[in-house]
Amino acid sequence: MVATTVRKRRPAILTGEHFMLGDHACAEGALAAGCRFFAGYPITPATEVAERMAERLPEVGGLYIQMEDEIASIAAILGASWAGAKSMTSTSGPGFSLMMENLGLGIITETPTVIVNVQRAGPSTGLPTLVGQGDMMQARWGSHGPYEIIALVPWSAQECFDLTVRAFNLAEEFRTPVLVMTDAEVGHLTEKVVIPPADQIPIVNRKTPTEPPERYRVKSWDEELIPPMPKAGDGYRVFVESLTHDERGYPVMHWTAQERLVRRLIKKIQANRERILDWKERDIEGAEVVVLSYGISARVATRAIAQAQEKGIKVGSFRLITAWPFPVERVREIAGKIKGFVVPEINYGQMVLEVERAAAGQCRVLLVPCAGGRMHEPEAILEAIVAVAEGRPYDPFEAASAWLSAKPVKGRED
Amino acid sequence: MERLRVEEPAEIEIWEEFPEELDLEHPTEWALRGDRLPHIWCSGCGIGAAVNAFVAALKQAEIDITKLCVVSGIGCTGRVAGYMNCDSFHTTHGRAIPFAIGLHLANPDLKVVVFSGDGDIIAIGGNHFLHAARRNLDLTVICVNNFNYGMTGGQSGPTTHIGGRTTTTPYGNPEYAFNLPLLAAACGAVYVARWTILDLGRLRNSIAKALQKRGFSFVEIISPCPVNYGRRNQIGDALDELRYYKENTIHNPEAPLEECDLSLRGKIIVGAFVDREKPTFLDLYRQVVLSRWE
Repeated sequence: MVATTVRKRRPAILTGEHFMLGDHACAEGALAAGCRFFAGYPITPATEVAERMAERLPEVGGLYIQMEDEIASIAAILGASWAGAKSMTSTSGPGFSLMMENLGLGIITETPTVIVNVQRAGPSTGLPTLVGQGDMMQARWGSHGPYEIIALVPWSAQECFDLTVRAFNLAEEFRTPVLVMTDAEVGHLTEKVVIPPADQIPIVNRKTPTEPPERYRVKSWDEELIPPMPKAGDGYRVFVESLTHDERGYPVMHWTAQERLVRRLIKKIQANRERILDWKERDIEGAEVVVLSYGISARVATRAIAQAQEKGIKVGSFRLITAWPFPVERVREIAGKIKGFVVPEINYGQMVLEVERAAAGQCRVLLVPCAGGRMHEPEAILEAIVAVAEGRPYDPFEAASAWLSAKPVKGRED
Repeated sequence: MERLRVEEPAEIEIWEEFPEELDLEHPTEWALRGDRLPHIWCSGCGIGAAVNAFVAALKQAEIDITKLCVVSGIGCTGRVAGYMNCDSFHTTHGRAIPFAIGLHLANPDLKVVVFSGDGDIIAIGGNHFLHAARRNLDLTVICVNNFNYGMTGGQSGPTTHIGGRTTTTPYGNPEYAFNLPLLAAACGAVYVARWTILDLGRLRNSIAKALQKRGFSFVEIISPCPVNYGRRNQIGDALDELRYYKENTIHNPEAPLEECDLSLRGKIIVGAFVDREKPTFLDLYRQVVLSRWE
């Protein structure tokens, strides 16, 4: 056996000020929220989340296991959740794609768990070490069938911590998998992270049956939008079913059962949208242009916004914290008062579609695309802001091509 | 290796007069969700017999049913979990084992059993099977092998015999089949057995042994699928297939696993081939990882 040095246990919540990597902050947020089971598979740029969990979980009474692939990872965290553990996995594009089927399993079986996706540039293997935001629609629609999802988007290491805590709380409250859609830049930022004292971190735990098993009766979904979740081994003899099922978990192969189940799964999120939704807005009052963005792109946009304001353009900013659900009502309200939205994102148009839907033709909506592997040049965002302010035409593809020809393709061939 | 003895049947009580009120419990009733019966399996299918043996084994091994989790994937055998009156999990195709790993590791007091078919465990879930056995996780995996995908109407899989006819091998199967006991043993399973559903007594004893074993235990149950595989391969109906088992089964737990391949109409070597002790994943986790803290 390997020679061992006896280590001192650090607490689960590392209260204090840290200079911390975004990915590590996700891991610390999970631990602070009570996560005690992590199953994962190495993938750049998410590996540091798994590494941190592998280091930290054993010292706080939890367990890390490295699975054979991402499909096994998500299946294992769902199983662990039914055994009563708060569980998490982390991944990036290719692994996220592999997880899609069992994300649906988590949704139909109403299993609380958290999946961190540190986005990189795709499609396929793409640019493994470089940034992307191309999984935003996959987060919403990636698993087959109709459903609702909750996805949070941090833009700093601090938010990696805060939003991972919140992801667990939302997962527990709504009995659903929750996604933390960070990206390679945010995940690899090392900056100040303040971890509050334990009693200042709000923690939500899932509702469990209040009656003992022999007196426990499953209630009708008409009475109970989110049923309590018994734990395996507690005598409730749970029936966890991936087929369309009724209150007892019994499979029912009929459209009426499908309508009842799916409608409730959607309703439990939609009916609570107001409480789930989160965004940050600035200088919206009197703005003619609003830059709507999220994650690292929102951070880059702050420079473009400052440059535009220097030019005398009235620019506001709207940063998504919950990408899903999307704050349709507020975006629609703003759309009625401005000339246009500018939406920089590191893909070729995903969340912008949602902005267009919300704006409903009341104002212009300009995408500032970027295929990934780099963040936007602030000037590219500025160009779109000016185009809206001055009422000039703007073609996102042409704008992107202009930036590309200004910087010829270089880089090492692998 | 210990040879398993088939118990003599108990004397059967014959009533002089049929009692007016018969209040007897079916021997499997205590462990099944009676309100979900009848089950979906075709007549002549072997899965019901496998469930009977499993329930008898639960009693024999004195498993606390409130601590029992049965996890299934998708397919005919994938429906087993749903009929068990314990914590039951009907998961996605191929992913019963990793789901079960989560249950087991998050609460090692649970008795976690994966009960699924050959397509689910060995084809789509094959990778998970290899790695769970390698890690020697404390799980019991029961695999009903009917040589084809029954639920979808009888397609070929990694257990289909060479030459076996299925809807996707209409001219016969040109592929080698996995030898499941050899595979499980090579990956590190501590208990490996194969039986046919005709061998109910040995099967029950063997499952009971597997349930009591610490570490990764694996039981393959050869089962008829008369509607799909039997019909297309001139095996005949279920009784013909059981007759074939009776005439061609060789109980030889000492047989070298390399010689335990199965072939269409060939001999079936059965037995508890592997029964060994070694530390489980959690034993090693405690020893290697947890020992590093004060």
